[in-house]
Amino acid sequence: MSIKGKAYIVGAYEHPLRKAPDKSVAQLHAEVAKGAIEDAGLTKNDIDAYFCAGDAPGANVWSMANYMNLKLRHVDSTDMGGCSYLVHVAHAAEAIAMGKCNVALITLAGRPNSEGSSGTQVRDRGVNLPDAPYEMPYSPVTVNLYAMVAMRHMYEYGTTSEQLAWVKVAASHHAQYNPNAMLRNVVTVEEVLASPMISDPLHRLDCCVVSDGGGAVIVAKPEIAKSLKRPLVKVLGVGETTKHQMGGHVDLSYSGAKWTGPHAFEEAGVKPADIKYASIYDSFTITVVMQIEDLGFCKKGEGGKFVADGNLISGTGKLPFNTDGGGLCNNHPANRGGMTKIIEAVRQLRGEAHAKVQVKNCNLALAHGTGGALGHRHGSATLIMERE
Amino acid sequence: MATPYQERKLRDPALNPGDKEYFDAAADGKLMLKKCGTCGEHHHYPRSLCPFCFSDKVAWVQAKGTGTVYTYSITRRGGPVPYCIGYVTLDEGVKMMTNFVDCDFDTIKIGQKVKVAFKKSEGGFSIPMFTPA
Repeated sequence: MSIKGKAYIVGAYEHPLRKAPDKSVAQLHAEVAKGAIEDAGLTKNDIDAYFCAGDAPGANVWSMANYMNLKLRHVDSTDMGGCSYLVHVAHAAEAIAMGKCNVALITLAGRPNSEGSSGTQVRDRGVNLPDAPYEMPYSPVTVNLYAMVAMRHMYEYGTTSEQLAWVKVAASHHAQYNPNAMLRNVVTVEEVLASPMISDPLHRLDCCVVSDGGGAVIVAKPEIAKSLKRPLVKVLGVGETTKHQMGGHVDLSYSGAKWTGPHAFEEAGVKPADIKYASIYDSFTITVVMQIEDLGFCKKGEGGKFVADGNLISGTGKLPFNTDGGGLCNNHPANRGGMTKIIEAVRQLRGEAHAKVQVKNCNLALAHGTGGALGHRHGSATLIMERE
Repeated sequence: MATPYQERKLRDPALNPGDKEYFDAAADGKLMLKKCGTCGEHHHYPRSLCPFCFSDKVAWVQAKGTGTVYTYSITRRGGPVPYCIGYVTLDEGVKMMTNFVDCDFDTIKIGQKVKVAFKKSEGGFSIPMFTPA
């Protein structure tokens, strides 16, 4: 059984704030839920399934379902870090296809900007972790867990800092048109390379922003989607996995996208060359290069060449990506960028992206997320959507 | 430009049942691995069941303590002093996360030969690190 065509994304909303010190995390979740429900033209009482992840207060559905007073017949608090929300769309489509629910709400929100979060901080990941005694003394932090991947990529494939910088340059070209983006100035390759070295080979401008806020999407069954007044965004194919250290046979040369991409493309019945717009998780510039290769947009090892010379810039490049400015320039709410990846893909498919970055005849889009860290353990999820 | 190694505070490992032997051996200057008595594979980090064949016939063996740099990164911001995190490919074939110590970080190269060296954590645990061989 396939989920192809069994569910539609009918509502999408991104919180406009990037710093929200006076709002609770629960309030932000509820505000994005309201925004997505209104965008769809539905009411709260239409929601019969709710999905959230580790950013939700309590890290499961209880507190937010209570706060919003939802009456539910399907719940899911799968946590895959920043790609959780792509996994949630997949699971919602599966639940809808099985008749378990009609209208699924997915929310993400958080306040890492107000709370002083940084990618150079050692984070407590919880108790009873079997891997932690063999890692935490070495101070793995978000940025060096990606930097080690970038260093290895450079060694194996000859990728350069200049090539990585082009990812940021392209994101900044898009962010200049987004009034809500945190960083709206267009930057050059030279400016990326001149920014402080955080963890070799990643500079400050190779890293995403830290922002408050959030986003939500609504997934509904076809009959409901077709009764609404919004453009139809159909879910065609999905893939999800986790990649880890494989018993000590660590291989940082590829990501979980190598497995989720083919699953999603096969289910959707399309190929990478058919994709008109791609939302690619951009926690760091290397994340984009790795995923573009593993999803099959270019050959393994040629991601650096592929992203160079503005090839990701909408209107001029071969693969327009992250036209909202992405996590690198626009928004990375709750340190989890998967939700905003879905939302910008929905905008593109609806023809509602900013006119300066809207892809012409955008009828097929991909969103891909990486959660956790490429350098030790990560979740990976791919979502392919079609404008009907 | 050189980025010399500087001592820094190391977090204590939060031990679970089954972890003590590894750190006791480290205190004696030994790097330990688990090896499966059924399929013969080494693995790391150490587990009670072989991650390859799921046999419970796993036993501690002493590693040679030598290997090569698989990858590394010098984290220059965010901490009180720069430090160099990485993975080493041990001569036994498995990779382990580590820090590189007692050298100029700017001279570290992927593929370079390294050997184990132990540093104390805040609470006195011996933590396996690596230094140029």
